[in-house]
Amino acid sequence: MTTANQAAIERYRNNFLKEVEANVEEGHMVKMCMQCGVCAGSCPLGPHWTHSPQKIFMMIRAGKRDEVLGSDSMFMCTSCYNCMVRCPRQLPITHIMHGLANYAHRLGLAPKGQPTRDFATLFWNNLSKKGRVNELMLTLQHYFRNGLVAGIKEAMAMQGIGLGMFKAKRINPMEIFGGHGVKDLKGFHAIIAKAKEIEDRKKGFTA
Amino acid sequence: MAKKEYAFYPGCSSQLKASASNYLVSTNSMCNKLDIKLTEIPDWNCCGASIGYCEGGELPRIAINARNFAQAETHLPGQDIVATCAACWLSARESKERLDASAQLMKETNEALAAAGLNYKGTAEVRHMVEVLIEDFGYEGLKAPMKKSLEGLKIAGYVGCQTNRPFGIAGESFENPMYLDKMVETLGGEALTKYEQKVTCCGGALAFSEPEKSQKQIRDIVESAYDHGAEMIVTPCPLCQANVEVYQSEINKKQGTKFNMPVVYYSQLMTVAYGGSAKDAALDGQLIRAEKLEKIAGK
Ligand code: SF4
Ligand code: SF4
Ligand code: SF4
Ligand code: SF4
Repeated sequence: MTTANQAAIERYRNNFLKEVEANVEEGHMVKMCMQCGVCAGSCPLGPHWTHSPQKIFMMIRAGKRDEVLGSDSMFMCTSCYNCMVRCPRQLPITHIMHGLANYAHRLGLAPKGQPTRDFATLFWNNLSKKGRVNELMLTLQHYFRNGLVAGIKEAMAMQGIGLGMFKAKRINPMEIFGGHGVKDLKGFHAIIAKAKEIEDRKKGFTA
Repeated sequence: MAKKEYAFYPGCSSQLKASASNYLVSTNSMCNKLDIKLTEIPDWNCCGASIGYCEGGELPRIAINARNFAQAETHLPGQDIVATCAACWLSARESKERLDASAQLMKETNEALAAAGLNYKGTAEVRHMVEVLIEDFGYEGLKAPMKKSLEGLKIAGYVGCQTNRPFGIAGESFENPMYLDKMVETLGGEALTKYEQKVTCCGGALAFSEPEKSQKQIRDIVESAYDHGAEMIVTPCPLCQANVEVYQSEINKKQGTKFNMPVVYYSQLMTVAYGGSAKDAALDGQLIRAEKLEKIAGK
């Protein structure tokens, strides 16, 4: 268990709603949910989720910390904003789901090996390195996430697509050696580092 | 009409040799004909996209967006920021609205920007290219440069999610936005207004990470276009375009379908209607050739 997690447990003892309000993006809106179920019925990937946003918000109020922060549901959110534009209470549901995913991830409680969690992490690491996304590296890293053999298998299965993209000039094989990036990398990294430092301090993530 | 000038935010996927380079090429052609001058925001960075939330958190994501705004304000003062990618537009506009609404967030963001010697004042507007076309030119204005009609082309307008929600285009509904159809009609094409997968989510980034789930979405989107007699799908979003086009062959392989539905950008339709060549419209960048459109371009 991470120390940030222990600290959070001690600090908010038995008041998970309060913890969410303080530390999760837009978490202060959770209490506005009236459990109407519209969001649950609006989600394109609803059938794959253990917990719809409605359930998650109910569980937060019921103090089910482990279940909420260990749920893989937040990672299934495609950011389609369907729930959010329909919610009669105007909860920023999508952002709360992202915020919960981020919080669970940072505390080390999110499910291990959840593919979208891993992809999202790769994505951020990829972009924060160079300032722009290197699509080729992102794809390769994604395929090889489970090790070499599985990666070769997956990459082979998608080979037709890669080749087509290359012919259509939509993938640049040279990207593996660098590719697109911002010029003022130093400044870009400094901004991220500073922003992270402020956020970590506020949310109690400081290691 | 005087040249209109905008600070352009192309986004990672619209760089040359990236997955939406055909969007970039056709956008440039379209803007040429409309007398729009796009100037890239100097040294812009990625917006973090929606999927950036997991590792990126809140402030770092907002701060990198503010870096782009600050660059635009400094180097292209007075110009609106215009994005072509739905996800870029969404991240940027969401960041801007949050910053506008919270002095605290603004302060923290500027503290982060100061680490690179930058400052954001909050003046530049953030808009999508489609908003520029509809609001600054209007459907009538979009007709002006027309050289050819897209007559006879049956087109399903796939708006997807992020161009539509949560912000959308002013005056349009979330459930049934009409602007893509109206653009198609403006160009003389036949808009399949009954196409019911117009705003269905394609699965977004899950197309990569959890393909079975998103391929079901994509299958519905393409199937319904066939059901309505579409000859091609048109979309305003690079990720929608890529997902819906690229995975058709995978779905065919796994599920025995025979999908071969071209998926083009509105900017490609417009370039062709404005007399541009197949090359100007970057039609060579399609994985599934849009032959009927190529034919009109060649006329
Ligand atoms: S739609 Fe809004 S109010 Fe209704 S259950 Fe979902 S979050 Fe709660
Ligand atoms: S934004 Fe996320 S939670 Fe909301 S409907 Fe879409 S996928 Fe579901
Ligand atoms: S949304 Fe995608 S294309 Fe746009 S800047 Fe972000 S990563 Fe790049
Ligand atoms: S339809 Fe797909 S690609 Fe387009 S915005 Fe929605 S999730 Fe993103």
